Amino acid sequence: MSYRLRVNPITCQAHGMCHELLPERIDLDEWGYPMFDSRPLEPDLVEHARRAAQACPTFALLVEREKKLSRA
Amino acid sequence: MNPATTLETEQPHLADGGGGDSLPRLLASSALDRALTLDEHLAIHGELAPARRRGRETGLIGEIDRAGLRGRGGAGFPTARKLRAVAASRRKPVIVVNATEGEPASQKDATLATTVPHLVLDGAALAARALGADQVLVAVCESAPASIDALAGAIAERGGDRHGPRLELRAIPAGYLTGQESALISHLEGGPGLPRFTPPMPFERGVGGRPTLISNAETYAHIALICRHGADWFRRLGTPAEPGSALVTVGGVLADPGVYEIEWGTPLRALVRAAGGLTAPPRAALLGGYGGSWIGTEHLGELVLSDEALAAHGASLGAGVLFLLDGAACPVAETARVVRWMAEQSAGQCGPCRHGLPALAGEFEWLTRGAGAPDAVRRIAELAAVVRGRGACGHPDGVSGFALSALETFPEEFHDHAAHGGCEGCAAPGRLPLASAR
Repeated sequence: MSYRLRVNPITCQAHGMCHELLPERIDLDEWGYPMFDSRPLEPDLVEHARRAAQACPTFALLVEREKKLSRA
Repeated sequence: MNPATTLETEQPHLADGGGGDSLPRLLASSALDRALTLDEHLAIHGELAPARRRGRETGLIGEIDRAGLRGRGGAGFPTARKLRAVAASRRKPVIVVNATEGEPASQKDATLATTVPHLVLDGAALAARALGADQVLVAVCESAPASIDALAGAIAERGGDRHGPRLELRAIPAGYLTGQESALISHLEGGPGLPRFTPPMPFERGVGGRPTLISNAETYAHIALICRHGADWFRRLGTPAEPGSALVTVGGVLADPGVYEIEWGTPLRALVRAAGGLTAPPRAALLGGYGGSWIGTEHLGELVLSDEALAAHGASLGAGVLFLLDGAACPVAETARVVRWMAEQSAGQCGPCRHGLPALAGEFEWLTRGAGAPDAVRRIAELAAVVRGRGACGHPDGVSGFALSALETFPEEFHDHAAHGGCEGCAAPGRLPLASAR
């Protein structure tokens, strides 16, 4: 089972908590919004990622379980 | 609007309805400067086969699949796959016809609405039949009164059809993004009309939470013909990968700019000829609209209009836009104007788009005035990379790609502007249309 990060860019307000809690994977752009790649999270980072998602004041950060893509 | 004409044939009279192999198909009534009435439409294209039974008619989807129809709103997604995705839900779906045409350089939706509205409505009614839907929402931009009148008239004419779906016309606010799929669905629900975070995709949860088939007006017009003449007929034009015909709005240094129906794989030269020929040597072509790409003049002579061939140039026809820029215009200034306009069109919901696009526009503007901007080209590349993929919708990606294609296509111009600032062409009036000219 693998997990990936995703952000809801509409709700994200650039608080930057995610970068504080998961600097291994999350950078901030020049305006303070998170930037990360879409590679699966290393297993030992999953718990940290979950904590970062819970700490997001707008719940914009998502840790999503990899599933088969069902896009039309 | 210029009268829509076609590449291969002039059609001064009502034609045989496109049952043959030749163009025009969609615009078989192109000599008319008004919308075809329902009777005229049926005289050209024939009646639709009556519904075989109640409920979903999945055979239609199979035919569209065999035809290889791809959506004509710009993304080119296979229409049959979209239909099947909607059909997979057990809930009653909604059909949305997207004729909002926020792209200022495109006029094909308006052309369809004002000349062959029944073809579009037929396609929507057929999609409704295939999916067991009883509601069709036809979305038009409120800045297109002629389209609204024509579609409203056509819907009224069909009022007697008690077996067809309920057709409702909806006028939505003008803007580049108001027709963006999720924004349009939001507006149709009475919401703010802004793009949404997806998934859920419209086929899962669209208008009112119901599975929704949302496609471009031209896509429905093709469905209307495929269901009359069949997949094999559809494939007689175009290429194996991109079958059929397509509407292209051409502008710039052409004697007769306007909307043309071409088959996929048509050489650019043939389209230029059909559009009355060049009025000046082009410096470059813009393909696919303001989320599209520039192609330099050195490639235009042999250019073939299919997304397969255009992919080699990093381009696509998108929703069918081709603009030939004249040599006296400044491509840096043209790109700057479009990027600024696109920045203003941002819904402003996502930080990277809200901050990044104005910053990007600012860098382009530095290049078009003053005494030089040595850092601007590097910043443009940097900002274009930073905003990519970081919006809820594809708006920042489109602007990013457009900006980068300008850097690639016009390296010398960018170098000169970075070193010396604005050129003579920068002060000239802009060529690319920015507000929807209807």
